[in-house]
Amino acid sequence: MKKLLLIVLLLAIYRAAYVLLPFQHFLPSLFQLFATLLQLLAGTEIYLNIAASLLRILIGFILASVLGITLGLLLAYYRGLTDLKFYIELLRPIPPIAWIPVAIMLFGLGNVSASFIVFLGAFFPIFTNTYFGAISIPIIFRNVSSSFEVGAMRYFSKILFFHTLPYIFAGLKIGIGTAWMSVIAAELIAAQSGLGYFIQLNRLLLRTDKVILGMMLIGIIGYFLQKIVEYLETKLIVWR
Amino acid sequence: MSPMVDVQHISYAYTKKAASRSNLVLSNITFHIQAGEFVSILGHSGCGKTTLVNILAGYLSAGAGTILINNKKIRAPGRDRIVVNQENDVFPWMTVWDNMRLVNANKETIHTCAKLVGLSDVLNYYPNSLSGGMKKRLSLARALVVNPDFLILDEPFASLDYMMRDELHGELDLLFSVTQKTTLLVTHDINEAIYLSDRIIILGGQPTSILAQLHINFSHPRSKMIENSKRFSQYRKRIKESYFMSRFPKMLKKEKKMLSFL
Repeated sequence: MKKLLLIVLLLAIYRAAYVLLPFQHFLPSLFQLFATLLQLLAGTEIYLNIAASLLRILIGFILASVLGITLGLLLAYYRGLTDLKFYIELLRPIPPIAWIPVAIMLFGLGNVSASFIVFLGAFFPIFTNTYFGAISIPIIFRNVSSSFEVGAMRYFSKILFFHTLPYIFAGLKIGIGTAWMSVIAAELIAAQSGLGYFIQLNRLLLRTDKVILGMMLIGIIGYFLQKIVEYLETKLIVWR
Repeated sequence: MSPMVDVQHISYAYTKKAASRSNLVLSNITFHIQAGEFVSILGHSGCGKTTLVNILAGYLSAGAGTILINNKKIRAPGRDRIVVNQENDVFPWMTVWDNMRLVNANKETIHTCAKLVGLSDVLNYYPNSLSGGMKKRLSLARALVVNPDFLILDEPFASLDYMMRDELHGELDLLFSVTQKTTLLVTHDINEAIYLSDRIIILGGQPTSILAQLHINFSHPRSKMIENSKRFSQYRKRIKESYFMSRFPKMLKKEKKMLSFL
């Protein structure tokens, strides 16, 4: 109920700004926005763009999760691989957007480039959280495992992985947000479909109503992606 | 007959990195434990009891000396000796059943051990929904599931309240009577040591060494009432004397002098 009230309040502020400030010539009214929304929902364009963005995020995020979790656990387990962390740490501060020119050079415009940017956006928070979660395993668990002669594979899958799971989910929750932001940023430049592309195209066509609706959709879809990860967390971490 | 556990001249020092000097914690610790014997190591906090446990378990290597279990020199941790730790050492993401199944797949053994410590009704519970006492029981049951030759209890009841500790002492004594498992209890609680043990090894001094050994002549299983007996008080007095003699020798002499006037 509170969330609904907040949305109503935001709409009221928007309406007040529209009426009181001299924005009418480029800012669409709420009614105009609503009419455009209905028009968009009746067509196929917006669904295709949403599907394109979701596909890219799915590919990039799943790849980032698999690689980030595996590398994070391996680097924490095998101390001999610590040097690899140095190279990852060198790449980590580079923002995903800065990779867009490289992605276009390597993969051209389209799905692969955008998925690559999503991958970069999600990989680092997932890897970092997994790694630091895994190295924080209490020494007592390692001692107990060695006393009971738990083998390396079982230690990895039954002990280290589950100890790290809450940290992995912290990484996934940050990762899904950065992945979603990255896909939109990538589509603004390096794609010819998707919500980012939709916004960019309508900006050039001076369709501010569609730009604002695109932004709203980005917010709403991002919120639900976050909720999906949180739901998975509650289903998988049942012991807390 | 050779002892089951043979600890010979163990010394250990933590290296002070900055000064490149070492800080001797344990000095020339030698003792033996016979099969089926319940021995306690008694010492104040910080005297190196847990270091000794870590060496016995194989987590640390001693600077000097050897440890033989069943005439085999220990080099690494192993299932022949299991430690029940002071801290909570059960895996919180596994149920009671899974904690035990991780170390032994035999369902019958798991059921037997769970029954032995009174966990049969909570096999599907996660440790977070168990009390502190139940978690200790689980830790003990998990140790028993692999049927180790030698059980090491490192202050297992230190974090529990008095009533729970009292209850678990009785249960542990009964368990020991049933299983006759060779056990080493490490504790700083004098009453706990006397109540449970066949023999007490008192640690003290700087660096820590063995001050005295005391045989406890009560048969197992023991009644809690023995704590009110005269013999129990005598044991307590002797332990206190050995302990205070090492820590505050001058004070003890004064006290004895004063008492002689009374």
